[in-house]
Amino acid sequence: MSVRHTLLGALVFAGLAACVPLLPLWLISLITIAMSSGLVVSGLIILWRAGLVPFGQALFFATGAYTVALAGLWLKISDAVVLVILAIVAAALVAAFAGLLLARYREIFFAMLSLALSMILYGLLVKSEALGSTDGINVAQATFFGMKPRGAAYTIAVFWLSLVLVFLAWLSVTAYLGSVAGQMAGAIRDNEIRVEYLGISVTRLIHLKLTIAAALAGAGGALAALSISHVDPQMAYWTTSGGFVFVTILAGAVSVPAAFIGALIFEVIRSIAVAVLPGGWQMILGTVLLVTILFVPNGLGSLIMRKRIAGQGGSK
Amino acid sequence: MITAIAIVTDGLVYAAWLFVVAIGLSLIFGVMKILNVAHGAFYAFGAYISATAIGLYFDRGWPAAGGYVAIGASAIATGLIMGYVLERVFLRRVYGKDEVVVVLVTYALFLILEDVLILIWGAEGKAAYQPYSEAGSIDIGGLAVSLYDIGLVIFAALLAIAAIFAIKKTTFGRLLTAVIYDRETASAFGVDVSRVYTLTFLLGAVLGALGGAITAPKISVSPGLGVEVIVLAFAVVAIGGMGSIEGALLGALIVGLFRACAVHLAPNLELFAIYAVMALVLVFRPHGLFSPALARKI
Repeated sequence: MSVRHTLLGALVFAGLAACVPLLPLWLISLITIAMSSGLVVSGLIILWRAGLVPFGQALFFATGAYTVALAGLWLKISDAVVLVILAIVAAALVAAFAGLLLARYREIFFAMLSLALSMILYGLLVKSEALGSTDGINVAQATFFGMKPRGAAYTIAVFWLSLVLVFLAWLSVTAYLGSVAGQMAGAIRDNEIRVEYLGISVTRLIHLKLTIAAALAGAGGALAALSISHVDPQMAYWTTSGGFVFVTILAGAVSVPAAFIGALIFEVIRSIAVAVLPGGWQMILGTVLLVTILFVPNGLGSLIMRKRIAGQGGSK
Repeated sequence: MITAIAIVTDGLVYAAWLFVVAIGLSLIFGVMKILNVAHGAFYAFGAYISATAIGLYFDRGWPAAGGYVAIGASAIATGLIMGYVLERVFLRRVYGKDEVVVVLVTYALFLILEDVLILIWGAEGKAAYQPYSEAGSIDIGGLAVSLYDIGLVIFAALLAIAAIFAIKKTTFGRLLTAVIYDRETASAFGVDVSRVYTLTFLLGAVLGALGGAITAPKISVSPGLGVEVIVLAFAVVAIGGMGSIEGALLGALIVGLFRACAVHLAPNLELFAIYAVMALVLVFRPHGLFSPALARKI
């Protein structure tokens, strides 16, 4: 990524951060939630490029969210930045462990095994009283560098935090995708054995990708917990994972910004659907997913890319 | 002692139910290489339609025995209609695409059908307990066991025998085996793969609906019952090996008995036990207990 792009991105983020007082609070919350799932989806893109689709990414999302809730409850940690770092580390650790098993699988088995692992966590959360059972746990409002914003100021503070996280995620994921390890993804997808003949351990590479994706999902979970101020087992349920995969399909695995725009569209559709057709949310979701797969198989992001390529062709 | 009997009977009944649900999933995966998430929708529709049929039947005060026929007939009709529509309208378009893409298509269909279910039957639960209560119960070692449950176990056992016989001895079964091992070669030898796919999907759909229909009298049929089923059935199939009937049988028995142990000895660990045993099996047999050795693609 060029310096120009980075500066442009920084400007966009600074602009977003600055125009916050102009936005209504509900919109700020909505964007914050969209960014939290955008973080998870940017991790999915890393896996997607290697041909891996986890149906259980909610495992790491929920790990992040519950880490924030429990660190506040048990360890009395209230600083938002510390909480987010803890969540990232916890999710990455879970992935480093789960990866020992998961990294050996591909395709459907990978998808379903990750689903099964997330259902183990769901089962534990639902049944254990100490972790809040089905009701979940309330998350105490965090502090930011010793300051204690409350009310509207808290929403804005979490929003700023999410902007910083997204900016960092954008830089690091784009850098990773451009690195040798990141570029190997396409080769793994096409032909694993040849990659191994090059002297590269595919299993270790996928283990690494899993851990990175999990760290991002943990950050997303932490952000969601801070923003909603509540965590519940639904966060580990497979429909949550399905939502993330859905956004990845919708956006296409083209780039990190596409992931965030996809997540934003997803949240907007959901808000509208819940307001207009309360019982029809799943039907709308399913229809959009079906139409996307059948008619725009590479995601909405690919439409823009195609146009850009067509435009370049015309100018020559 | 009574706990041991309870664990064995509960485990067997649960395993019977799991087997009926999982065998359809396993069959479709084995032949078509499609992990059919919409199987959960077949199950849910089977349960609802059978509950409705039971309600209509018993409201008229007809003899109880016919109620069981109503269960079977409603399930078969549901499976045939849904299977046909889904395969012809949607799956045909995505054959040959990435396995994961096809899973997502069935996932989308599942989401849509879940809401259709609520549109048709509403959000309240439906009870169809008559066949269960009419069946009565017998006493095994001081424990009252419903005859309906015993019937389920016998039904599942017969189904297993019939399925294994059909695969090994009938022409259609042998065609299936050929398609499972190598679709292209089978096609080159004149097997009408497209027709085999359609028939397999219909059969799988009927089995899914049947799983729901036989469960309907035992539970309060309510929205969302398809969700859990698909994940459980997958666990069973993954333990046994995708596409293997014997595997589905063994997987169902393992999961059923483990779950029964957990329910009676450590109720908090119920869900955990099922997936933990699955993860454990997969650590040692990455593709399930009955999976054939696979050549890696070069």
